[in-house]
Amino acid sequence: MRKRSLALIVYFLFILLPIYWMVNMSLKTNDQILVGFSLLPENPTLTNYVEIFTNPAWYSGYINSIIYVCINTVLSVLVALPAAYAFSRYRFIGDKHMFFWLLTNRMAPPAVFLLPFFQLYSTIGLFDTHLAVALAHMLFNVPLAVWILEGFMSGVPREIDETAYLDGYTFPRFFVRVFLPLIRSGIGVTAFFCFMFSWVELLLARTLTTVDAKPIAATMTRTVSAAGMDWGVLAAAGVLTIVPGALVIWFVRNYIAKGFALGRV
Amino acid sequence: MKKIPNNRAWFLVLPVFVTVAFSAIIPLMTVVNYSVQDIFGPYNRVFVGTEFFEMVLQDRDLHEALQRQLLFSFWVLLIEVPLGIAIALALPVRGWLASLCLVLIALPLLIPWNVVGTIWQIFARPDIGLAGVAVNRLGIHYNYTAEPFDAWLTVLVMDVWHWTPLVALLCYAGLRAIPDAFYQAARIDGASAWAVFRYIQLPKLRGVLMIAVLLRFMDSFMIYTEPFVLTGGGPGNSTTFLSQFLTTLAVGRFDLGPAAAFSIIYFLIILLFCWIFYTVIENLGRAPR
Amino acid sequence: MARIELKDIAHSYQPAPERPEDYALRTLDMVWEDGGAYALLGPSGCGKTTLLNIISGLIRPSHGRVLFDGRDVTDLPPQQRNIAQVFQFPVIYDTMTVFDNLAFPLRNRRVGEAEVRARVQEVAEMLELTDDLRNRASGLAADAKQKISLGRGLVRKDVAAILFDEPLTVIDPHLKWILRRKLKQIHQEFRLSLIYVTHDQVEALTFADQVVVMVDGQVVQLGTPQALFEDPVHTFVGYFIGSPGMNLLPCRLEGSAARVGDHRIPLAPELAAQASAVGGELTLGIRPEFLRYSTTAEPGAVPADIAVVEDLGNFKIMTARLDGQMLKVKLPEEAEIAGDAGWLIFPPEWTRLYADGKVVEAGQ
Repeated sequence: MRKRSLALIVYFLFILLPIYWMVNMSLKTNDQILVGFSLLPENPTLTNYVEIFTNPAWYSGYINSIIYVCINTVLSVLVALPAAYAFSRYRFIGDKHMFFWLLTNRMAPPAVFLLPFFQLYSTIGLFDTHLAVALAHMLFNVPLAVWILEGFMSGVPREIDETAYLDGYTFPRFFVRVFLPLIRSGIGVTAFFCFMFSWVELLLARTLTTVDAKPIAATMTRTVSAAGMDWGVLAAAGVLTIVPGALVIWFVRNYIAKGFALGRV
Repeated sequence: MKKIPNNRAWFLVLPVFVTVAFSAIIPLMTVVNYSVQDIFGPYNRVFVGTEFFEMVLQDRDLHEALQRQLLFSFWVLLIEVPLGIAIALALPVRGWLASLCLVLIALPLLIPWNVVGTIWQIFARPDIGLAGVAVNRLGIHYNYTAEPFDAWLTVLVMDVWHWTPLVALLCYAGLRAIPDAFYQAARIDGASAWAVFRYIQLPKLRGVLMIAVLLRFMDSFMIYTEPFVLTGGGPGNSTTFLSQFLTTLAVGRFDLGPAAAFSIIYFLIILLFCWIFYTVIENLGRAPR
Repeated sequence: MARIELKDIAHSYQPAPERPEDYALRTLDMVWEDGGAYALLGPSGCGKTTLLNIISGLIRPSHGRVLFDGRDVTDLPPQQRNIAQVFQFPVIYDTMTVFDNLAFPLRNRRVGEAEVRARVQEVAEMLELTDDLRNRASGLAADAKQKISLGRGLVRKDVAAILFDEPLTVIDPHLKWILRRKLKQIHQEFRLSLIYVTHDQVEALTFADQVVVMVDGQVVQLGTPQALFEDPVHTFVGYFIGSPGMNLLPCRLEGSAARVGDHRIPLAPELAAQASAVGGELTLGIRPEFLRYSTTAEPGAVPADIAVVEDLGNFKIMTARLDGQMLKVKLPEEAEIAGDAGWLIFPPEWTRLYADGKVVEAGQ
């Protein structure tokens, strides 16, 4: 038993140390980072964070990211709800193939879609808009949402549907008034995962934007290539990207595995 | 649950179909288009058939990238799956401590992938990184920006850091689904801890492990962002994996034809694994638990 | 086989129990004789599974000792107590064949392979599993799986007792009685000690020689099925056992009669005397089977209104109203019921009195 907790503690150190190191760096100035090596920031400073919150080049990145992530989450959940209901309740021509096809999109390497997306969104004039990134991310988030929601919906007995119809509910009224409240937690979990997967993705977001909708992730990579690394600011920006996920994760802690396993656990 | 045959359900699926098709089918057509034609300008294109495909398939860089990729995916699975199982077994079962552990473990999964790269860039650098400095002080020469093997190892450790939690979480969920009676019966039958693992826990984890292995295989097969930030594919080509290779081909060298051809091959490989994945989890749903 | 003694046992799942309600099992002493077939009967959450798990060693009791044949085993883990337990849901090792499942407890104890084979064959024959020995256990039906669970207990020669935790819950009704009969047959053949937890009185009364009735973490009565029926020592036992359960009427004493509302119900004189000595809240109890109905007035009879008569095939259940309280009367099928009123007779030899829920014993 003690050996077990010891091993766990070692593993948690392995998980937390890199994150700690970034937090540590974000509280130092660049000179402190390069000159001295210290486990604790000697003179903790918030200048790096101030830089991010005052420089539009930085904070607009966050705003852009949040905008397209939110658009994506709302759209993904909205279109996925009826589809997930159909998959959980009905058998129809091509349902299996459709499900499989959705899966392939979730699994497709984003690199494959890089170039065509660039062309597609340029052609229809959406390039460098939040909507473009949101739509592109729907490629993998909609299938994910359908899968997770289908898992939750299958847990609701069909007798509830039938009772509602017998009580004279029409389908849309039943769906909104009766069914959606029943799978509230499922919708919450799905929204969280859509939010998260859109938030962590970089490749497509970077390709489809240049200035107006540039996400924070891309802003960060460009600092990397700039002459003379600004490690402190980079670390601070990194810390700030972890915050949203870390805040919400407590609420979905019991569903984390389900979400990552496409609703199949 | 028995499902009702009802083809009108298609109307409910239509929004999903339209949105995903818009983002999937049109771009895919473009890729096919590129892969069989050499395009010099809007009105100047030549049909080249399978030429690009042959070219790509004979590309030595690609072969090397593929080998590296397979080796990488192999190690990823070999380390992450047993480690994930072990962690899931060691985690506390209930109480606030269990919740806290779950949240901590999930943390790496919620970090933007490029930030994962950044974290390890900072953490492993031999001049300013905690790990880099510590390893060097132990007398082991380590510099991931210059030594190919160090770079490869760093990417691997980073992936273990990033994705082992996924395996652990899935296994944890699987373990919680085993009723207490199984453990109690095993105690009464005098089973050793190993026998409990071998005959109760492992068989019951079969389903989630399948999911974990396939997810990890596919995701590691498409890894791009983290090594891109950490090493940019170098030093040399030591950490250039397939996605990296593809983006260099398409964006860096602007070789659209070969890039498109390779995209299709890449996609077909993934498709094959998708099919295996899909068949497996569909059967899981039906198999008696 | 062993004689199992529980001395001063109590258990709470909370680390620092204070009130009696914090205990899943309140203090009890009990002896399970070697070779007996016992049933532990009680509603859900009454502590019967806790008691079972204390015997098997899955739970270490917060207080008291467990003795097997006089040997203190309180601190021994289940595998060293030589106990077998069958759970509510069949526990089988999915990846193994039926043979390997049955051999598992023996192999864990490093029994020689030749003996393993002999024992497994013997048990498989007894449980009619011989044809399935080579098959994967996971493919079998629930009743066969439950037989395997039982078999894993039976293969061990030295088992002190076999414990059952509602083992027939997931079995189809028509297979239940086959399995139950099998169990009885094995019990008679080998004189094993069996302890059987259930909330189904029919199961308990048909299976066991001795039934232990539990409620709220306490044992309220231990007795033969007949004793539980004829002489329930607690109002709970009267009400819980029998269908319908015992009629219970709050009453007052008036000489050698019980007074319910305006009615006087004659009692055995020594019972009335004892009851007045004991005091407390009095309840009169009588089983529907013993309550008599008459269309005409008789000495000692009490007038009552008839609310409902249900015809249940080979008997009738009459619901009568006495001073605003409902009474059930079990009548033979051919009994005639006149109008919507009649007379109820409480035979003194079957009429019980309870003070604060506990029976008042006339003989004291």
